[in-house]
Order: sequence, then C-alpha cells, then structure tokens
Amino acid sequence: MASEYILEMNGITKEYGSNAVLKDVTLRIRPGEIHALLGENGAGKSTLMNVLFGMPVIHSTGGFRGEVLLEGAPVKIMSPMDAMAKGIGMVHQEFMLIPGFSITDNIKLNREISRPWPISRILGKDLEFLNRPAMAGDARNALDAVGMNIDEYALVNGLPVGHMQFIEIAREIDKTGMKLLVFDEPTAVLTESEAAQLLGVMKEIAAKGIAIIFITHRLDEVMEAADTVTILRDGRLVQTLSKAETSAEQLAALMIGRGEDSIIHVEQRGEEISGNVAMSIRNLWVDMPGEVCRGINLDVRKGEILGIGGLAGQGKIGIPNGIMGLYEAVGSVSLFGQDLPLNSTTAALKAGLAFVSEDRRGVGLLLDQSIEDNIVFSAMQVHGEYLSGPLRLKNVRKIREQAREMIEQLDIRCTSSLQAVGTLSGGNQQKVCVARALMLKPKFLFVSEPTRGIDIGAKQLVLQTLVRLGREQGMTIVMVSSELQELRSICDRIAIIAEGKVAAILKPQDSDTAFGLAMSGAKMKGGEAV
Amino acid sequence: MTNQNKVLNHIKTYAVTYLFIALSVFFIIVSGLDMNYVASQLLLRLNRNAFIVLALIIPIVAGMGINFAITIGAMAAQIGLLLTISWGVTGITGILLAAGITLPLATLFGFLIGKLLNRMKGQETIGSLILGYFANGAYQLLFLFIFGNFIPLSDKVTIVGATGVQNTLNLTGSVGLYKALDGVLQVSFSLVVYILAGAAVLLALLQFFRKNLTGKKFAAILILAAVLVGLLQIPAIADVFSGAGGRQLIRVPVVTWLLIGCLCVFNLLIMRTRLGQKFRAVGQSQTVANAAGINVDRTRVIAIMLSTVLAGWGQIVFMQSDGIGTFQTYAAHEQVGLYAGAAILVGGASIDRATNLQALIGTFLFHSLFITAQSAASNLFGDSAVGEYFRAFLSYGVIAIALVIYAWRGAKKRKSSVDLTQATKE
Repeated sequence: MASEYILEMNGITKEYGSNAVLKDVTLRIRPGEIHALLGENGAGKSTLMNVLFGMPVIHSTGGFRGEVLLEGAPVKIMSPMDAMAKGIGMVHQEFMLIPGFSITDNIKLNREISRPWPISRILGKDLEFLNRPAMAGDARNALDAVGMNIDEYALVNGLPVGHMQFIEIAREIDKTGMKLLVFDEPTAVLTESEAAQLLGVMKEIAAKGIAIIFITHRLDEVMEAADTVTILRDGRLVQTLSKAETSAEQLAALMIGRGEDSIIHVEQRGEEISGNVAMSIRNLWVDMPGEVCRGINLDVRKGEILGIGGLAGQGKIGIPNGIMGLYEAVGSVSLFGQDLPLNSTTAALKAGLAFVSEDRRGVGLLLDQSIEDNIVFSAMQVHGEYLSGPLRLKNVRKIREQAREMIEQLDIRCTSSLQAVGTLSGGNQQKVCVARALMLKPKFLFVSEPTRGIDIGAKQLVLQTLVRLGREQGMTIVMVSSELQELRSICDRIAIIAEGKVAAILKPQDSDTAFGLAMSGAKMKGGEAV
Repeated sequence: MTNQNKVLNHIKTYAVTYLFIALSVFFIIVSGLDMNYVASQLLLRLNRNAFIVLALIIPIVAGMGINFAITIGAMAAQIGLLLTISWGVTGITGILLAAGITLPLATLFGFLIGKLLNRMKGQETIGSLILGYFANGAYQLLFLFIFGNFIPLSDKVTIVGATGVQNTLNLTGSVGLYKALDGVLQVSFSLVVYILAGAAVLLALLQFFRKNLTGKKFAAILILAAVLVGLLQIPAIADVFSGAGGRQLIRVPVVTWLLIGCLCVFNLLIMRTRLGQKFRAVGQSQTVANAAGINVDRTRVIAIMLSTVLAGWGQIVFMQSDGIGTFQTYAAHEQVGLYAGAAILVGGASIDRATNLQALIGTFLFHSLFITAQSAASNLFGDSAVGEYFRAFLSYGVIAIALVIYAWRGAKKRKSSVDLTQATKE
C-alpha cells in the first residue's frame, strides 16, 4: 500500500459567491474502514461529496480550493463519470433504478456484457448483442454478496423499497475496481430489520477492503457500524474521532454545538405556560413530498410560542402545510375545542388560522402586485373585508390606510405602499407575508421558516415581531424553523420532529446533547411526545 | 393478481384497440361491401403503410413519443424519387437509387430534428408535429423555386416555360417506378398462408426438440396453424381470396412483405443490442440513464435518425404502391405522420410503449375503417361526405384520446410519498 489512506481530502474550501459553504475541511479515509460523516443540514456534507464526485455544480461555480489524493496520488475529478472510473461509487438516497428493467439489467446498466458480430465490428460496440446469461451470472454473484436471494430476472417495478436499496448496492459492488463507496442516508427508507441487514452488508463490503463513507443522522447506527466518525458543522470540520473513544451523547453535542450567541435576547418567561390547549393534533399524517408526517401527536397551549425543529426532510414543514390544507392529510386536529376539517385551506383560514409559508415567493406572495394589495389579499378573499358598495369593489382608501399602518408597524422598507412586492428585499417580503397573516386577525399563527434567506437585521425584526405578538397580544404561535438557535431564543417549548413523528418536546435551556439525540431520532427518557 | 384482474387490466390497457375492433366489424357489415373487395384493399393498404408505422417504434421506446416528424423523412424520400425520375432510372434500380439518396438526406434531417427535440424534452410529440408543418414550408420552397433554378432537373419533371416541379408526376409507363417492388413476385394469398403455417410448424418443431419451447406453446402453434389452413378450406372463406365468381384473385407482393418482415426483425434485434438497451433505459428514466453514464442526448438523436431514415424508405414503399401511380409532388407527405401515428395508437401502443404487433394490428384496424367509412356513411346517413369527415375525425380523435389517456395514467402513477390509508390502520 503506497499510502495509509485510500482517500485524502485536504483543506477543502468551497465558496458560492461570497458564501463559504466549506472552510478548510479535511477528510481522510483508510482502506476497508466505515467512516461516518455526521452533520446537520447545511453543515457541508453534500457539498463535500459533490467535490469528491466532481459534480458540474462545483466546477461551474469556480471549483474549490484544497487537494484530493487517491491512494496517495493527487487527482483531479472533473465529472461523476470520472469519479466512477477512478473507483468511487455512490449509493443514492433516491434510487437510481429503472422500474421497467429486470434486476440484472439494472445492475449491468451501461456496463452490459455483449457479444461482437461482423456488423458490430464495423459500426461499433453499440450494436453488439447482449449476453443475458452472463449478465445474470454477474448479477447473481453481486446479489449473493449483499445477501439477497431474489430472482435476478425479476422486474424492479413492484419490489419493496428495501430491496431496491440492496440492488443499488449490488450494482456498485459489481463494478470492478471499486475502492470507495459512499452511502447517502441508506437506512432512511428501510425497516428496522432491513437496516440491520444493511449494516451487516456494509461491514462485509468493508472487510473486503472497500472503504465506505456513511452519511447518516442516526447516531445509533454510527455507533453500531462505523470505525471512524467525522463531524462537520457550518462548513467546518469539528473533529474526527475513532468510534472507540466516543459516545452517542458526545456526537450529538458536537453535531449541534453552541453556535454564535442568540440572534436576539429574549427574557425567558418566568412561569411555564400551563393554560388551555389551543390546538390538539392527533395522529396527523401528511403526504407532502420530502416532508412526510407519519402520525404527529402534539398539543399547543394557548398563548405560547411553540417551536418545531428537526432536520430537513423529517416532516417538520409537513405539519403546518398539512393542517392548512396545502397537502393531503389525515388525522384529527381540533382548534380551541372545535374540530378542524382537514384538506380545506378555506376552512382553516375561516377557523382563525393564519400561515406564513416557507415558500415565500411561490405560495406566500403575488410578486407583481403592490404591497397594499398583498397585505389585504387574504382578508379580502377570506372574510370579504375591504370591499364596498353594491358591486363589492375594492375600497382603495381603506386598504391604503391599513397598509400604511402595517408598513409602519413592521418597518417595511419601501418607496410607497404601491411598490411591487417582487422588487422588495427578502426580509421585507417576509414582513409583508407576516402583515398579510396579521390582517386575518388570527387567533393562531403558523410561521414556517420565517428567517430563511434574509439578512441578520431583518431576522431580528421578524423574530421580535413574533415575540411581541405572542407576549403582548397573547397570540398562539407555532414557529417551524431549521435554525435551532432561533427556536431556542424565542420559543417557550420546542418539539423536535424526526422521521415524521414527534421525537421529543424540549425546553430551550435543555442541553445540546438532548437536542442532538432527539434530532437523530434516538429514544429519550422523559422526552416523550405529549 | 387474480385471473379476473388480469383480464380487466388487459381490457383497460387495450380499450382503444377493442373499441376499434368493434367499430371495424360494425362498419364492414354496414358498408355492405363485398368481402373480396375489403380483403384486397386491406392487404394492399397494410402492404403500403406498415413500413412507415413500424418506423415509429424506436422513438417511442426511447421515450420520445410519437415522432410526427417522420413527415420529414417522407420529404427526403420524395426528393430521392424526384431525382430518380428526373435522371430516368427505372425499375428496381430506380427504387434502390431513391432509397440511396434518401439515406444521407434523412440521416441529416433526423440529426437536426433530434438536436431540436433534445431542446424541448417532454414536448417531443407536439414538437415533432409542428416541425413537420414547418418543414412543409421549406419543402415547398425547395420544389417550387430551388429545384429547376439552382439544381438542374430534366424537362420530364419541371413545368416547361415556368419555374418549379410539376404538380403531379407519373410513376407509371416509361418512368417505370410504379409497383417496382410490389410487382417483382406476387403469389396468391392462400399459398402465403400455407407457406407461413408450414414454416411456423417447422420452426416450432425445431425449438420444441431443442427444449426451448414448452409443450403447451408448441401445441398452441400447431393448433393455430391448423385452424388457419382449415379456414381456407371452407368454400365461403376460400372464395373471398380465390376470386371465384369473377372477383379478383388476392395476391401478395412478396418482396414488399419481406421488407416489412425485415423491419420487424430489425426492431426486435436492435432491442437486444447495447444500443437497444440504451433506448429503453433513456425511455424509462433519463435521470437514471444519465447517472449510469449513458449519453442521453446522443441516444435520443440516434433514435430519431433511425426513425427518419426508416420512414423515408417507408415512403418509397408507399409511393411505388399507391393508387394509380401518380406522385402528388406537393402533398404526398402531408398526412404521413398523422395517419401512421393514429394507426399505431389504434393498435394499442401508447406514447411510451409500442411493439411490432401493435403497429401491424393498428395499421390493419385503422385502414379497415378507412376503406369502409365512405360506404358505411352513405348507407347510414345517405351521404358519403360524412365518411370523409369521419376519417379526419378518426385520426385526430385517436391521437387526442391517446394523449389524454397518457396524461391521465401519468397523473395516477405519480406515487404519493406516503400511503395515507396506512394512517387509519394504526
């Protein structure tokens, strides 16, 4: 062995414009080890993998700094094809399988075994006939290696999801010269027994000398399978540890970390809010692609600011979207003791709910319309306000007065209330969204990712507005956010969602370890869902 | 899946085909046409159109929908025919020359069409349709102005004393292209059935002894062959083909049928090569194909090039056999894409799935309606013009239905990320 490491990525720095997403990250993988890569969303895991695979998104945005060494020799990986040729494979989170093809055809896709004949010798390899029996033989060997005794001629279509994951792995290990395999959240779609089988297969593959990068957020699996763990946070390398010298608790704490100080400082409320239940959610399932809820049980107390946190894709955003009727949902939700019909946005709005969507530009705003029209739009449509006369025309004077008031109150920076919303900055657009929700005079406000993509000053203002609404006007607020630090600075309680369920309900002052473990879906003592 | 479900599923998938079978039978009865006439016309039209319809299969498999731009392949063929006539080359040689000229032209056109369709992924069907209309303009310019003025042609095809190519060209007589393929060897229909049945039995026997064929399938082939031969022994049926009673003896143009057979075999074989595997992979998922290192765009361009060349040759087969041997210089290509597209859809193909058999059955059914529509309409409504409208309605209607069914199935297939019925169980 020429080098101790099969892969070395030294001092990798990557900037998108002025925004550094990777800062001097180093990752070193030994042959035959399972190396877990841990980090929250946005920690830089996927960017690091994009660098490794030479994805076009990296090269088209000015490349990266730092060096990549494969078996001790510096390499330049310019495309995913290039990475594949150099023996780096990927087991995707979303399956890269063709449903209408047999397992064999999928495993050997574009690497078919074929027989030449006179015409193909003239016109090229493309016209060689497939040698299906030989292909099936290879597929059989690969399937056996991952412990699958399924028929290699079976169609992928209709197979259980778990099987597909193993077929992906079989395809990767069938490639000759495979040195390093990246598993991207491989157990996310598997049942418990399948996940256990997968970890077993990973160990077997590693025992053959193929190194594995294991991207996951499940700490128990890291402790079970990994040899070494690298933790990233905010684009920086936090630490590389050997598993023997760490624990799940330590990893959880390192993953979350104490970020910079709170964005705003809000006095914690002295007494706990133990008032009546404002909203009770029972067994809520929401079919929102990428943010599926699988049986949420949650009580929101009257007058509190409840935070909902968790990693992306775990279902936290599905909750407000499901309750507001934007995605199909089943389950039961009651608001102030009244049953709330699901799958009807109109009913939700009429019941006194308001929603500031995470999709500001898509769902939240009419970008070409003026600020004042945006502010009153929902109130006009839902409650029939700001209309006058027998023809129910817009009452422009009243609308303008109201809009002025809001602009002043929320400090929306604009030239006039007639300015088109699309020309405002992100932070000011967000304030318009909040203003519009407030015009509905809601009793209950959902705010989803209110600070996404806005600058620090605007963040403070939006958060202060929420605190004021909650504390001074007694509005019940549910705030969904990926920024744990924000939730911890303004919320009374924080529910952490993992795998579509409430993993724990925590207090802002609880430890990083508690938050880290809850986000990784580990079971907690005392943190039971209400 | 239970048997009942299987049958139901089959009927659902082939609803359009069954509807057309019923319609065809109804029309044949209502039209009151002599069966001998219907049969001879049907064979003639199958012979003429099957090749072009079969040219649609590869792009469908490659996920590019119905390639209405085969019209442009037809234009290439017509340029080939025009030059052949102008140069005075006759007979089989003439046909081969026309096919030879078509090959580079259609390859070039196909390359350009493919490049363009790659820029409008997801809209290939409508894109190729509009492209066909657009190319028609360029074609008119070429035939009205450029030919004769810039590319010298003989007086046989140009309008003397003016500019441009004649409106109709004659393929018969001294031009010697009419039925140049069809006329090489013609044998009676019943003889073809006997030969085919015999060949099928022999092949099946061979495969059976090599143990490549189960006893059940072997028996099925034997019975099918016996039934076909047996049917021809029934006088009422035999008369339809034999031309008894002063009717026409139905004969089969062997060379054309062989060509159609060759194309079927080509379509089958290409799917068993690496290239075919690429077509299928790209057709089912461009993302996955791309991730596996397949050059998606290149594969799609090749599919369209093949289709355009094959359609061009198909147009030559069509022209040498069509009608009374006249070549409508400015209009012969116009309905090529439309009729072929409608025919393959009637056969049970869809925007993303097509086989040889579907193409052949579709051609058969679509043209059985074409033949009988006029007489049926005049018998039903006392007006044969209704039949004419019905043809147009039929072609566009079938395509519209196929597009709607495809969109509808796509919407149903889009899997939700979680099964909400699961929730109620817990």
